[in-house]
Amino acid sequence: MSASIDKGINALKRQVDATVAAFFSSCVHCGLCAEACLFYTETGDPKRTPINKTEPLRRIWKNEYTLMGRLGKVLGLAKKVDEQLLQEWQELVYDSCTLCGRCSMVCPVGNDIALMIRKTREGMAAAGQAPAGLIGAVTRAVTIGSPMGVKWPALKAQIKHVEEDTGLKVPVDVPDVDYMLLLSSMEIMNFPEFIDAVARLFDKTGVSWTISSEAFEATNSGIQIGVSDIAAELVQRIVDAAEKLRVKTVISPECGHAYTAIRWDGPNLLGKAFSFKVRHILEVLDELRQAGRLKITGKESRKLTYHDPCQIARRGGVINEPRNLIRMFSDNFVEMPDTGKMNWCCGAGGGVSANERADEIRLKVFARKKAQLDAIKPDAIVSACSNCRIHLEDGLEEYNMDIPLLSLTESLAEHLADRDCAGAGRNE
Amino acid sequence: MTEIELLSWARGPGLQIASSIFVAGVVIRLFEILLLGRKANLAEARGTEMSSGLKTIFTRTVPDRTTFRRSSVTIVSGYAFHIGLFVVCFLSAPHILFLKDIIGFGWPSLPTPVIDACAVITIIALVATLVNRLTNKVMRFLTNFEDLLTWVLTFLPVLTGYLAFHRIGLTAPSLLAVHLLSVELLLVLFPFTKLMHAFTLFLARWYNGAISGYKGVAS
Repeated sequence: MSASIDKGINALKRQVDATVAAFFSSCVHCGLCAEACLFYTETGDPKRTPINKTEPLRRIWKNEYTLMGRLGKVLGLAKKVDEQLLQEWQELVYDSCTLCGRCSMVCPVGNDIALMIRKTREGMAAAGQAPAGLIGAVTRAVTIGSPMGVKWPALKAQIKHVEEDTGLKVPVDVPDVDYMLLLSSMEIMNFPEFIDAVARLFDKTGVSWTISSEAFEATNSGIQIGVSDIAAELVQRIVDAAEKLRVKTVISPECGHAYTAIRWDGPNLLGKAFSFKVRHILEVLDELRQAGRLKITGKESRKLTYHDPCQIARRGGVINEPRNLIRMFSDNFVEMPDTGKMNWCCGAGGGVSANERADEIRLKVFARKKAQLDAIKPDAIVSACSNCRIHLEDGLEEYNMDIPLLSLTESLAEHLADRDCAGAGRNE
Repeated sequence: MTEIELLSWARGPGLQIASSIFVAGVVIRLFEILLLGRKANLAEARGTEMSSGLKTIFTRTVPDRTTFRRSSVTIVSGYAFHIGLFVVCFLSAPHILFLKDIIGFGWPSLPTPVIDACAVITIIALVATLVNRLTNKVMRFLTNFEDLLTWVLTFLPVLTGYLAFHRIGLTAPSLLAVHLLSVELLLVLFPFTKLMHAFTLFLARWYNGAISGYKGVAS
């Protein structure tokens, strides 16, 4: 990935469209976005105001795409985009933004600031101004197939364990099934219970599914760092596998940005609509609930709350499904203040967790989540993103909070009716 | 140039020049934005773009509760001066008569004391926004020359209008001429400053609502 300031500027130019121009034209510097951003509220540092993070893109828009800006450029009055600016902005664009999109929900003139920051990253990455941690993750994703360097033998070994534990067959490379399940490296390495849970849930509900040995990685570092070419390459691998196996639907696992990458950005990155559907695992499970196929037994009385992963809820639209599912096994479900589409980010999405330089700030801004949790004092937190889960665990430990974290998919599997009778796999 | 000549110029050629620049400028700026275009979304939709975009144009007028609590000064002063400006611009009898001469039709006005009170509220609210801009940590950080310029451009017509109505300081023709000139300055610079948000905000809110609505999220 050769990079230079010229490439960065050209990449930024390619990002300017009618939406960006309308957004920048409308900003009145009211500062409301700052109060919607945990990187400002928890640090009090005004340079972390969301709209300020888009300054490199704003300059390109102004200088190249407005009458007054072009005039200013001729007169030598334009503020330039140079290496120094991008270097200075790295910390704001990558370390201090999780692309959570809360700012985009409160901007009174309607600017989708998170989209503007995402677009700014395209220019930063092309100019070589991205954090080393993210560059490493992207390189591993391209060369090895996973940002954490997880290869097929590792997943194969985990599948073997799952098969031994559940007595079920985990289907691999089975063609013409309904669903192809993707996984995040985090699930494979840290939370293999997720695979276990899906195997049991799909067995009980009679779902035909498979995992592809050629494309099992759902995460997309290209999206996080802001390199569309690489993001497209990673999506293409999934499309090739799904088409080869002729599956009807690809399932995005409990991972936030993976869902955005494959569900919303994927077809646009490739420039063509998919021949299959993409659903989040929670959407699939909620469809099974609606069809009466998901049978749950026993209700928990401990106080549960749900942390909405930003890319799944606010930026993804999966908001009601987790609540429908939690109420199947809980009669004491309590919402945090500011929830659903207005939930506060955990502080580690959008590539922040892959960027070691941001370790300190991501734990600092977790104070916002702590305040939300302190308001309701739950007995356990349910969520549906491995990245949120790892960071929530880190944050809870940092702030000496003893609250267990549950995966929603795994919780459902634990409450499956008749779970002891799980027999052999039923993949037709 | 006598004050009467100045007033005639401000009412005649001055107003024509300023209005022409305003209209042409706004049209150019809107085309400048729209001609950039936007790629069609190829992902399978969960919701709609058009109706969600239209909805957000209205819903974004009301802040969510937490935002209101965290930024109440900015929001209240902002609301006050925007509403005040609208009332004194378009619902005062002299303005309606003035516009009727140009566009050929008028509409009912609000009583003078109400307009007077609105003008005072608008002036106070505008001063409050300036104080807030200079004292609020985030706003002070974001503020540039254009923010101050547009504040002056907005404030002058309200102040000179108030003075002209109450005939404070100068003779009536001079006050009116100064008021008209301040409005003309506003019109000339409007399309080339952030004042354009009065038009582009509809585009921005629509895009925001459409992007979210496509994914099934009401923004």
